[in-house]
Amino acid sequence: MTRTAGIDIGSTYTKAVVVAADGTILGQAMESTGFKLSQAAERAFARALDAAGIARSDVAYTVTTGFGRHQTAIGDVAVTDLTAAGRGATHLFPGTRTVLDVGGHTMKASRLGADGKVQSFRLNDKCAAGTGAFLEKTARYLGYTTAEIGPLVATSKNPVPISGVCAVFAESEVINQLSEGAAPADIMHGAIVSLVDRSVQLMKRVRMEPEYTLIGGILRFERMADVVRSALGAAVNVPPGELVQFTAAFGAALLGQRRLRRLAAEAATAPVATGEGAA
Amino acid sequence: MAYAAGVDVGSTQTKAIVVDEARRIVGRSLADTGANVMRAADAAFREALASGDLREEEVEFVVGTGYGRYKVTFGNAQVTEISCHARGAVHLFPRTRTVLDMGGQDTKAIRVAPTGEIVDFCMNDKCAAGTGRFLGAAAVALELPLAELGPTALRGERAVKISTTCTVFAESEVLSWLGKGKKIEDILLGVHESIAARSIGLLRRVGIEQEVTFTGGVTKNRAMVETLNRRLGLTVNVSDESHFIGAIGAALFALDRIAAGRAPAGPARERA
Repeated sequence: MTRTAGIDIGSTYTKAVVVAADGTILGQAMESTGFKLSQAAERAFARALDAAGIARSDVAYTVTTGFGRHQTAIGDVAVTDLTAAGRGATHLFPGTRTVLDVGGHTMKASRLGADGKVQSFRLNDKCAAGTGAFLEKTARYLGYTTAEIGPLVATSKNPVPISGVCAVFAESEVINQLSEGAAPADIMHGAIVSLVDRSVQLMKRVRMEPEYTLIGGILRFERMADVVRSALGAAVNVPPGELVQFTAAFGAALLGQRRLRRLAAEAATAPVATGEGAA
Repeated sequence: MAYAAGVDVGSTQTKAIVVDEARRIVGRSLADTGANVMRAADAAFREALASGDLREEEVEFVVGTGYGRYKVTFGNAQVTEISCHARGAVHLFPRTRTVLDMGGQDTKAIRVAPTGEIVDFCMNDKCAAGTGRFLGAAAVALELPLAELGPTALRGERAVKISTTCTVFAESEVLSWLGKGKKIEDILLGVHESIAARSIGLLRRVGIEQEVTFTGGVTKNRAMVETLNRRLGLTVNVSDESHFIGAIGAALFALDRIAAGRAPAGPARERA
């Protein structure tokens, strides 16, 4: 029994991933976090197990992460989102030295050492202007849903300047721009540029180094990565497809594998296995 | 008889006041600003004229104020809302030394000298926390009309501690407390406490000197007045006119201009 699971309870979505000993993803699932964090974790985990076609008892070790990690009884150990995201990012892109994670309610930048461990980090979780909520609000003021942000902004060529000082104040700005005839796509593009400005500031504060790996739900919008790339004037790594949103959960599951191997090694060298250690 | 008008185009509501030479209010109006700021300003002015049975030609000078003051295209001059709120507050409460103006999107603290001159001010220009919008977010989250927030909060007994600063995140925090079984009354009391604490922070930055006059749209909220009084340990000046203080101040500035003979002959619109 060598399968492990990672569950990332984020501010907006809860992600669960089940992996095999070699790091292959066997199943994954995502649920809205809502206000009952533990239930969201249970549901995401159950669906990831279904997707993998295995039972919960087939999972040897479960690692939780994300802001809600302490509010669930599931899991053998909890790790910080930075540790989990760092592990996931370096597994996918071994050259990663800087990770930018932009989610619904938080933005995080971290610098990793050559060993993949977090050396420095900065968070923004106090102000919606620096998080995905800013794009969500801007979209709503424009009359679009979050799901429509990607297709909408793909049609824009020139961003309209949006100050991005406050997600609430953005409403008047958006209304002014619309009344002056700006296209919704260009306004949305401007909001992304403004969010990227904040991201780059955060990355500078951790003294970023290449390679840069971008993860988190907001990176589903390809335009976001494009704008970061041009702001940094450097190449960036973005996990393919849905993985961009599952990187921390994936990393948590991989940390579970590492823990499992360590436990196995300890058990092998231990002179007498006690009842407790025989997990 | 000469008349003067003040039009205060706020982020959320537009207020217009017409005064006569004896500084008596003879016309007023209040309307949502909405998306078309210019139209809102014009409509508010006309409604104020109509309420006083006045014709546009009778108004010799119009001062625009508020964030949309440059959209008061028929106005003869613009004055900042800081000056207008201070002026209006001192007019209504002559012993005013500190003004707290809480509007839909911004909160300002202003300290005035005994002469009525502005000594210092500060405002939240970077963040909507601590403004009327914070109440708006709670109203949306709890699906209550704005006017019911105050009365509901007054029934609260144990304020829930609201930990988020950001107005956007406060909406989800309010819902999460509801999910955890807290009473709406206690959550709303907590929301009022949080806004009061932030505005008092602004007031401290300019220095709190008595008397303190509370102005702006949020003055209509009893719970906010009581929370401010309790936390400040004093009684803030509030009147039925508090919502209109910026427009009153603007109208008084307009009256000054007429007295100084700087007003042009003929109706305001022709000159503009």
